[in-house]
Amino acid sequence: MALNTQPNIAGVDDFYQELIDLHRDRTVEQSLKINARLVLLLANHVGDRAALSEALRIAGQDVT
Amino acid sequence: MIHTYEFEQFPYVQTEEQKTGTVKRHPVVVVGAGPIGLTAALELAHQGIRVVVCDDNNQVSYGSRAVCYAKRPLEIWDRLGCGERMIDKGVVWKVGKVFRGSEKVFEFDLLPEADHKIPAFINLQQYYLEEYLIDRCRDFPDLIEFRWLSRVTAVHPGDDHVSVEVETPDGVYTVEADWLIACDGANSSVRTMLGLPFTGRFFQDRFQITDVVMTADFPPERWFWFDPPFHPGQSALLHMQPDDVWRIDFQLGWEADPQVEKSPDVLMPRLKAMLGEDTAFELEWQSVYQFACRRMDSFRHGRVLFAGDAAHQVSPFGARGANTGVQDIDNLGWKLKLVMDGAAPDRLLDTYDEERVFAADDNLLNSTRATDFISPKSPVSQAFRDAVLDLARDYAFARPMINSGRLSTPTPYVDSSLNTPDIDSFAGRMAPGTNCADAPVGDGDWLLGRLGGRFVALTQETDPGLSTLDVEGITVDVLVVGKDLTDPTGVLAARYDMRPGTTYLLRPDQVVAARWRAFDADRIAAAVDRATCRA
Repeated sequence: MALNTQPNIAGVDDFYQELIDLHRDRTVEQSLKINARLVLLLANHVGDRAALSEALRIAGQDVT
Repeated sequence: MIHTYEFEQFPYVQTEEQKTGTVKRHPVVVVGAGPIGLTAALELAHQGIRVVVCDDNNQVSYGSRAVCYAKRPLEIWDRLGCGERMIDKGVVWKVGKVFRGSEKVFEFDLLPEADHKIPAFINLQQYYLEEYLIDRCRDFPDLIEFRWLSRVTAVHPGDDHVSVEVETPDGVYTVEADWLIACDGANSSVRTMLGLPFTGRFFQDRFQITDVVMTADFPPERWFWFDPPFHPGQSALLHMQPDDVWRIDFQLGWEADPQVEKSPDVLMPRLKAMLGEDTAFELEWQSVYQFACRRMDSFRHGRVLFAGDAAHQVSPFGARGANTGVQDIDNLGWKLKLVMDGAAPDRLLDTYDEERVFAADDNLLNSTRATDFISPKSPVSQAFRDAVLDLARDYAFARPMINSGRLSTPTPYVDSSLNTPDIDSFAGRMAPGTNCADAPVGDGDWLLGRLGGRFVALTQETDPGLSTLDVEGITVDVLVVGKDLTDPTGVLAARYDMRPGTTYLLRPDQVVAARWRAFDADRIAAAVDRATCRA
């Protein structure tokens, strides 16, 4: 599979906290903007079209 | 009120058929004398086919309307003998700039390479374009007959002809046609009368298009604004046209009331804010519209063939309307000629539908994507759009994501049943199904000027031993590089990956049908048969 879904971030707790801190004291509207930028930045870094499609598929499935 | 152009009223003349009450059978009737119908008339006249053109009006288009004409349709019009006049009058441009607020975020060049006869784009008011097409049609008085103030009110398709009722100032009469080409626009009455569906998406947004006359210092470029200071929250577009006429498009949003937006109290301050308080300008023409992206299921219904907006309608971003329609005719003309002459089977016309539906879907996809970017439909869509624009200022990766309209280029018929698949290996873009790229061929001539209207075998075989090839009634002209034409700059060799022996079979619409590394008459004949449904 093109998309790496195995653990791949060293210091994952640090990353997670950084992600949450990014959104601290932001309105939902501001967070929407931040997340949109984040998605675009990361997607460009990944570049691999098959990996991106796989990520989009997984992200969209089973949303309740 | 349009001040820069004088509209000629074309004379209505009652036909002998109507006067005497005789029903006459014509080879081809074209409905609609817009850019597509006029191109159809010229294309057929070039093929030696007589054509009657019916239009419910008697003058050229009011308002600048289509405005932007792309390289490929200009190449087609050049082949039909009126492209140079359009280019001479038109504003030639190739650079587009995109602004966010008042800051430039992106710039593109539509024709980054040299050595093409025809420019990437020109801007020209539709009334000039139609005038030049009509003037060119007048060079074929024995083949092209205009019937002005002639509204088609009924269409009765038959097995071997189509019967049409035409309403004129003198009443209704009947015309018969072997073939009917409907070029009567997005609200096609022929389509409606035949009860054929036209399905797709309407967009919940409105746009106001305005022509103003002014002398201004803006360069001949396409300028597009997201959220400009003079029209906050919406988009705007500026294009230079001939005669100091400028085309301005304002996105209005779905909530806007078209009547209010059209009123001078609202429009004039907006224009002043855009053009500058001190800039003197005059309002020439304006219109508010909502657009749709939709098409017919099939562009062929027996002996009725649909072309242009009658067959497919796109949003204006990317100038894919008229530009696509002209290419419909390019595809249709030679096929119809071969079928009419009995040189190819009727099913060749099904490939008009196959190839042009494929192109229409490409255009619909591109224009729908541009519309979704310019006019986002949900808060999340808006957030992504704004994120692209935010990031584009400082980060290069986001700039190509900005979609203010991907401008019209021909769609290669990559999967067409008429293509002969490659058996040899080639580099470059000129795969079967692709529109021929231009190249200088010596003495100021251009390759595209030597192609078109008939099949051509373009070869770098030094001595193929023949100058034409007769393939059971279809003539193939053999053009030898180095003899019939030259390649003084090496551009031809580069664009076509030519080597000694390399041979291309090129269709009458300047599309690659097949290519090989050696000249082989049997293979050429087989490829002609395939490209004409005779295989």
